[in-house]
Amino acid sequence: MRFFRPLVSILVFLAAWWGITRFTAIPGFMLPPPQSVAIALWAQRGTLFYNSLTTLSEILLGLLFGTLLGAVSAVAIVASPALQRWLMPILVLSQAIPVFALAPLLVLWLGFGIASKVVMAVLVIFFPVTANFADGLRRTDPAWLDLARTMNADGFAVMRHVRLPAAMPALASGLRVATAMAPIGAIIGEWVGASSGLGFVMINANARIQTSLMFAALVILAVLAVGLYKLVDVALRRALYWVPDSLTDETKTP
Amino acid sequence: MNTPPPGILVRNLALRFGGDVVFENLNFEVPAGRLLALLGPSGVGKTSLLRIIAGLETAASGSVMASDSAPLHGRVAYMAQQDLLLPWANLLSNVMLGATLRHEKKDIDRAAHLLSQVGLAGRERALPAALSGGMRQRAALARTLYEQRPVVLMDEPFSALDSITRARIQNLAAELLAGRTVLLITHDPMEACRLGHHLLVLSGQPARLGNAVEVHGQPPRAADDPLVLHTQGKLLNTLEAMAPE
Repeated sequence: MRFFRPLVSILVFLAAWWGITRFTAIPGFMLPPPQSVAIALWAQRGTLFYNSLTTLSEILLGLLFGTLLGAVSAVAIVASPALQRWLMPILVLSQAIPVFALAPLLVLWLGFGIASKVVMAVLVIFFPVTANFADGLRRTDPAWLDLARTMNADGFAVMRHVRLPAAMPALASGLRVATAMAPIGAIIGEWVGASSGLGFVMINANARIQTSLMFAALVILAVLAVGLYKLVDVALRRALYWVPDSLTDETKTP
Repeated sequence: MNTPPPGILVRNLALRFGGDVVFENLNFEVPAGRLLALLGPSGVGKTSLLRIIAGLETAASGSVMASDSAPLHGRVAYMAQQDLLLPWANLLSNVMLGATLRHEKKDIDRAAHLLSQVGLAGRERALPAALSGGMRQRAALARTLYEQRPVVLMDEPFSALDSITRARIQNLAAELLAGRTVLLITHDPMEACRLGHHLLVLSGQPARLGNAVEVHGQPPRAADDPLVLHTQGKLLNTLEAMAPE
């Protein structure tokens, strides 16, 4: 049942797509039929594979550094009210400026290579991580903190053994959002200026009206994004073994 | 635990929230090595009083002292109504939480022994979520005992349990806490009469203390002990008379 419903949804979607291309007068360069996308996928598999690797590494590196930066800022904000006053305006400002607007500048500074895209992904990712994690760190059950005080715990021990583990579910929420957003940063960066990557393939295909290839790149991007999200989701559930999960319990209760 | 535990002296204690007086001129003593049960309706300030003694809150005026005139700070263990077990840590780690938080060496053997004393042998590696409410509260009792503090403050620790589980854990607590100075907050007259050497009622607004009652015989007393039933009846009458309409 787990795979059945998504499979049906996809098949219905494909059928509708095929129907539209078959029975309407929309030209192929506007909306190619699914079969030409499949043919493009196969014919260009070498190029697509190579360029997917670029985009995937951008996304993964962005996730890694974005999460690290986000987690560190969250701990810094919560641990020190002074730091919070200094950091908060910068954090908010960094989110107020759209990443799209920064993209050309980043490409100018960091070049057409992978660095500008990783920075872009980091910019998109770190704020949801910081916001969620800081929230979780602040919301430690006060009764736990009281108990720790009667046990003569110092601030470091409370952070390390109570606040941090208690905020892990919040960090996980931030990570889930970050995982879903990471491809945005990478692709925007590639659109603005790149020498490889799925975004680069799409821009080139678009210029040459190779719409099927554009769709093929899109399909791969979707599979990458969904696959990555699923992977992160499963890993987080495993890591947070103590968090009750009402959604996965649906198989147990009738 | 080699030195005898100190008593707790509460002198002229006052607490205000905004302009409201919760209590003032509060004077009482928890005699050394005895269990004093403090009763009263909810909202009367019992928990605040306990938190002041635990050093978690500051009073508007007055003082809390140990009868041996050494500071009370660092000699108090605290047990709340919720078990407060950390859900990501197994029972053994939870019992030794104090040692972890103080960067001390952990005494696994003693923690395991305490767990077996509260009837949780074999569950050392279990997560709190895998246990019933009664088992979790017993683990919390083991964690409180692991602290080896001469003074123990308990805030309605058994009130969320069903009556049979509660009776069992009361026996266990009375047995394991014997010899320590204990202040037990409860709203259950039966619990007070079974466990307390001394009973004290706090009620009214601003809250006042009734006269201290001494219950004879060693706790835990049987629930059908005539003395328990008699004292419980008297307590209920007192509480009812003091309660507002």
